[in-house]
Amino acid sequence: MKENPWIKDFPQLNNHLHYFDSAATSLKPVSVIEQVNYYNQELSSNIHRGMYYESQKATELYEEARESVANFINAQSNEIVFTRGTTASLNLVARSFGVNHLNQGDEILTSELEHHSSLIPWQYVANKTGAKIKYIPLSDQGRIALDAFKATISKATKVVAINHVSNVMGYLTPLKEIIAIAHEYGAVVVVDGAQAIQHIPVDVKSLDADFYAFSGHKMLGPTGIGILYGKDDLLSEMEPIEFGGDMALDVMKTQFSWKESPIKFEAGTMPIASVIGLKAAIEYLKNVGLDNIHQYTKDLYDYLIKKLNELDGIELYNHHSDTFIFTFNLKNVPSHDAISYFSEKHIALRAGQHCAKLIHDFLNINASLRGTIYFYNTYKDVDVLVDTMKEAIDYFKKLGF
Amino acid sequence: MNNLDHLYREIIMEHYKNPRNKGLVTNDDYKSNRIKNPSCGDDITIQVLVEDGMVKDVKQEASGCSISVASASVLSEIMIGRSVEEAKKIVDTYINMVTNKEFDESVDLEEAAVFSGVKKFPARIKCASIAWVAFKDSLE
Ligand SMILES: Cc1ncc(COP(=O)(O)O)c(C=O)c1O
Repeated sequence: MKENPWIKDFPQLNNHLHYFDSAATSLKPVSVIEQVNYYNQELSSNIHRGMYYESQKATELYEEARESVANFINAQSNEIVFTRGTTASLNLVARSFGVNHLNQGDEILTSELEHHSSLIPWQYVANKTGAKIKYIPLSDQGRIALDAFKATISKATKVVAINHVSNVMGYLTPLKEIIAIAHEYGAVVVVDGAQAIQHIPVDVKSLDADFYAFSGHKMLGPTGIGILYGKDDLLSEMEPIEFGGDMALDVMKTQFSWKESPIKFEAGTMPIASVIGLKAAIEYLKNVGLDNIHQYTKDLYDYLIKKLNELDGIELYNHHSDTFIFTFNLKNVPSHDAISYFSEKHIALRAGQHCAKLIHDFLNINASLRGTIYFYNTYKDVDVLVDTMKEAIDYFKKLGF
Repeated sequence: MNNLDHLYREIIMEHYKNPRNKGLVTNDDYKSNRIKNPSCGDDITIQVLVEDGMVKDVKQEASGCSISVASASVLSEIMIGRSVEEAKKIVDTYINMVTNKEFDESVDLEEAAVFSGVKKFPARIKCASIAWVAFKDSLE
């Protein structure tokens, strides 16, 4: 089997960690770590204000990162707002756009596949405004299908809050078609892209997305930095939800004004090191190539699924994941019992509801185990995982589960 | 024995499969406390009947992993018939034991002592303590 050329770039990977939790957060390559360190060691200073070299350089790198993100998703750099993460991005849209545009009788269309970050902010908006949450019925497999979407959207739909890829099933939403239809009805589409951006090329212009949110830490970047893409005209007319330094244009005793978007949304000192690290992450992803990542990961996933299909003691909930997330349980074993077995063998999976309770209700289960294949996983990792599954199945069976 | 074998003791499995005092009552004399753990899906309700400073009865309904279900069952069994003071002391001792803190070894935890294996699994401490926390809240 071919040697994985990328592992050496990820210092956290060593001989005994088998990391299958990339959907929770990805590992960080050396180039990202070095850029974060470079800022901390040589450029610590605040941005947009200092007049000395370090501050100017840091400001330059910060704004270059914005351009790099814009480039990566085919947007303009003034359409890129830096936030704390996907959660903060989606909350910004809900609290600024949602609360001010929705009214009694309006509808917010969403799905049971959503991560809580793409759901609860809209429940909050519904409670505040009297708008109603409606769900696109999922297919038997748990997918968002176009027909079901067409049948649910109506003139009352003002917002469609939807994932690009599900963090439990790894299903790709037919986003482009959905957005086109939503626009015919005059609805704004808010996309949770947290699980898509690290796997597939995202072109917000071609998708015609109104808002698109994602997190740096799931795409090889540092924690603490997230992105909100918003169409220029939408961001321009939105109010900030945080007020303070840097976002203000003019301050008087009883009034103030704010700067243009995106700076008006970036109050206070931002996670500068993380922004600079994010740029390195995008460069790394581009160098490897999303198509190479996809091909390698898909081959490895197919190898895994073939092995899983031969196993008797597990229940797999998604046989055809588009981004190589596999969600399962050992038969008759609660996920938190199973996870301890895997953890003891240095296999990183996740147990629980993965901040997506409604899809577990849909599947009629309490909780699940989730793993993800990413490009720094190896055939050996998969072998160890499957062997450990076999051992675990026997172990729990003997205990009487 | 490896760490896992210390965790999955026979007594725990026995309680997991045959939980004691299971099933809730609709009686207002019982103080009821439900705790859900949204991250793992555990859902545990403990009902306690206290009369004259004594724990007269405990009912429980638990769904979740084996450790949380068994710990609710063991709790219910060893608490019935204790004074409230004694019961609180046992809870504190138990919680200290599973969180790997110093604990009063003179307190007899009876069957609950088998949960000591949990301390090697920090991620499972919540599983082992959720019913006990619910129980203690009901005594306050
Ligand atoms: C689909 C999806 N949406 C939103 C989030 C929230 O991202 P963050 O925790 O970075 O804000 C996640 C990650 O947990 C996710 O997978």
